[in-house]
Amino acid sequence: MTTYILKRLAIGLLTIWFIATVTFVVMHLVPGNPLANEKATTAAIRANLESRYGLDRPLSEQYIIYMRNMLQGDFGIAFSEENRAVNDIIREHFPVSATLGILSLLFATIGGVLWGALTAIYRNRWPDYFIMFLVILGISVPSFVFAALSQFSILQLNQFTGRSILPVAGWGGFRYMVIPALVLGLSTMAYLTRMMRSSMLEVGNTDYIRTARAKGLSNTRIFIFHQLRNAILPVITVLGPAIAIITTGGFVVESVFAIPGLGRYFVQSVAQLDYTVIMGTTVFFGAFLVIMVLLVDILYGFIDPRIRLQAKP
Amino acid sequence: MIMLKRIVQPRLRICTLLLFALTWSLSTPTLLAQETGVDFATQTVRLALTGEPRNLNSMKATDQLSIFYLEHVMEGLLRKDARNLLVGGVAERWEMTETSAKFWLRHDAMWSDGKPVTAHDFVFAWRNVVNPLTASEYASIMYPVKNAEAINKGEAPLTSLGIKALDDYTLEVELEAPTGYFLSLTAFMTFYPAREDFYLAQNDRYFADIENMIFNGPFTIKSWVHSASIRLEKNPAYWDSKNIILNVIDTPYITNDSAARFNLFKDGKLAIENGLQGLESEQLQDALDNRFRIYSHSEGSVFYMEFNHRPDRVTRNLNLRKAMQAVYDSQELVYKVIGIAGYIPGRSVVPVYMPGVQLKFREEYPLVTPVLDLQQAKNYLALAKVELGLEKIPPLSILLDDREIGMLQAQYFQSLFKRTLDIDIKVDVQTFKQRLDKMLAGNFDLVLTGWGPDYEDVLTFTELFSSWNANNRGRYQSPVYDSYIRTAQASANQQTRMDAMSQAQQLLLDDVVILPTYERVANTVRNPKLDGVMFKQTAAAMVLTYARVLE
Repeated sequence: MTTYILKRLAIGLLTIWFIATVTFVVMHLVPGNPLANEKATTAAIRANLESRYGLDRPLSEQYIIYMRNMLQGDFGIAFSEENRAVNDIIREHFPVSATLGILSLLFATIGGVLWGALTAIYRNRWPDYFIMFLVILGISVPSFVFAALSQFSILQLNQFTGRSILPVAGWGGFRYMVIPALVLGLSTMAYLTRMMRSSMLEVGNTDYIRTARAKGLSNTRIFIFHQLRNAILPVITVLGPAIAIITTGGFVVESVFAIPGLGRYFVQSVAQLDYTVIMGTTVFFGAFLVIMVLLVDILYGFIDPRIRLQAKP
Repeated sequence: MIMLKRIVQPRLRICTLLLFALTWSLSTPTLLAQETGVDFATQTVRLALTGEPRNLNSMKATDQLSIFYLEHVMEGLLRKDARNLLVGGVAERWEMTETSAKFWLRHDAMWSDGKPVTAHDFVFAWRNVVNPLTASEYASIMYPVKNAEAINKGEAPLTSLGIKALDDYTLEVELEAPTGYFLSLTAFMTFYPAREDFYLAQNDRYFADIENMIFNGPFTIKSWVHSASIRLEKNPAYWDSKNIILNVIDTPYITNDSAARFNLFKDGKLAIENGLQGLESEQLQDALDNRFRIYSHSEGSVFYMEFNHRPDRVTRNLNLRKAMQAVYDSQELVYKVIGIAGYIPGRSVVPVYMPGVQLKFREEYPLVTPVLDLQQAKNYLALAKVELGLEKIPPLSILLDDREIGMLQAQYFQSLFKRTLDIDIKVDVQTFKQRLDKMLAGNFDLVLTGWGPDYEDVLTFTELFSSWNANNRGRYQSPVYDSYIRTAQASANQQTRMDAMSQAQQLLLDDVVILPTYERVANTVRNPKLDGVMFKQTAAAMVLTYARVLE
């Protein structure tokens, strides 16, 4: 097991290095000067700005300097917010995105397992069809539609009752997280429902379930200890990338609900050609994804003993 | 399976309900209902911002959001009062000659840490601005001060700047040439003071966070959570604090989604929206549908289509430009195509609100506007073809940003010039940074661009087309035009200056340097209890210093 983890970590580091290099190259290939603004500046000021940000050196030298700094954990100063270090940006805004992401994942998982189990129980009856219809909506309708729609609904609710039932936007406390997290987790919830449904049906027909029932075990015990545990495996596979996608894909939800997360920096830095923020957020998210996938793989081993046993040489 | 249903069903339902109730009750009861856009008892107003301020260091700030906060927490030698007139700020009285100014500072102007604001603070700050190592992007606005430009180019020592502290409370400024608008410049953020000992103690993090700031203005920044919220509170140490009624300016929402901000306004959480930039057309329509009262004011910027006058471009030909001018009607563009309420059809590079000698410049010096004449246009076009030696004018590229209003204009020009003159226009849409790149490189035939005023004088717009100005994107060169600009820059007589500027204004149209498109207007909605908001075209777009919440 330990050799397996170490090997995966090494590959992970290589992946992160690769991500950083490709991003660096592509970023500098994009036309446009990050320091340019509507008002032209004198040559002297331009030169000073470029030397301050290290843009006057040849590209290969910039790359080496950047990599060296990155290994020491220094991502540099942002171009678009002139007094903030990229490290501070990540440190202050990632927890917000993470909180939102974890909450929405919680909703997605609980909801997905719940609805999936329900559809399996009521297979081919009207609750099944109804839930599957909602699932297809959830997967195909883009998140900004849900976000705008939900904000509109909250507004209508507040105006109708004359009181602030739910906040329309903002951040600060659990009440501000509920609807944004739901919206963010919707498509994942829909996808998980589908997965759960098919794996529940698959597991329900297996030999060991029939044996357990024949042995006389209670239905609840069968459901929790045998059916659920086996059916949940595909769900966990998806969870790893889902964590990363939800945490990064929160940009739309963060914009609509005025949530100070990292997604905004991730997306806007590209349009603004903010080199340091682009590199910082991309490398950070890349590393985050790699770690999440690794964790999920390890988790797998604990849930399914068969994988753990097979891993042994 | 049937057994499962009976057991699992009620349990599932109860579980989910319990879970929901638990999480809901865990949420700490917030003061949601009380966090409204305006509050009379505490004299609080709440706003939403479109993004994070870039740099609150007054010596380096460039963006609208930073300027807005600086206006409220800092003060220069002079300031604008509630009627937008220049009055004393840190300076109590002053005297101006043609090329010099003397300021006597009040003795009760204090920094928020208790120390007095002195003349030395201005000397230090201004020197810092023109210091080439500071690389301040707004240093050029200080060029009217003696030697500022030379220092900024690295050709003169820092101490040669035309500013001297005669003692702690007396300041003397020397100018390069008579500059009629100099006094209004001293109210601009780049001219704000900075205390040397405090600045040096911040280790290059001056105004980076609250602990790196001291203020001398009507408000202080009490808290700043990056990208989340900024809170200003009344500064008790401010010399005029007894005349400031507002207590708190709170910005709890920062998002660039205009629909989200407007929803917050509709939910009663904001005092005004969008005070700094005006509502987008979609939200404006929403406001009209909801029958909100809409307030409009000139936002300050002038927009135009600029021709490329470089020698390798077809558009260098005057007759070609005249042809295009003779078929173009800005009223059609603004009223039919752009269609945002309040926008003013472009007529001149000088906007309607700009003051002249006694009245508004455009009132005192009305333009002779070109006449719409299709036949005349075709004559010009024929002449142009002969002069250029071309059978047909090749496709012209129009460069623009990827925003909707630009696209509408590009499509309008495309259909207009094809229909009337049989000239093809290729639309070259770029993101902001790439448009800047191509524009600076001269890689366009036509470009949709604009300009916001730096100071309240006609010169801020007309000097754009002088041959030495770096912002002359089309590289129009005219010795006659240059002479008008030099007259306005060198003379102290306002009449002489304005006369020269009116000639410049007319020449710009006669030489078809640009085709003016529109003057932008900002539309806002506000809570009716908010009173005393002020809007300006230069520096801070919105000023709340003299505002208050009615009962």
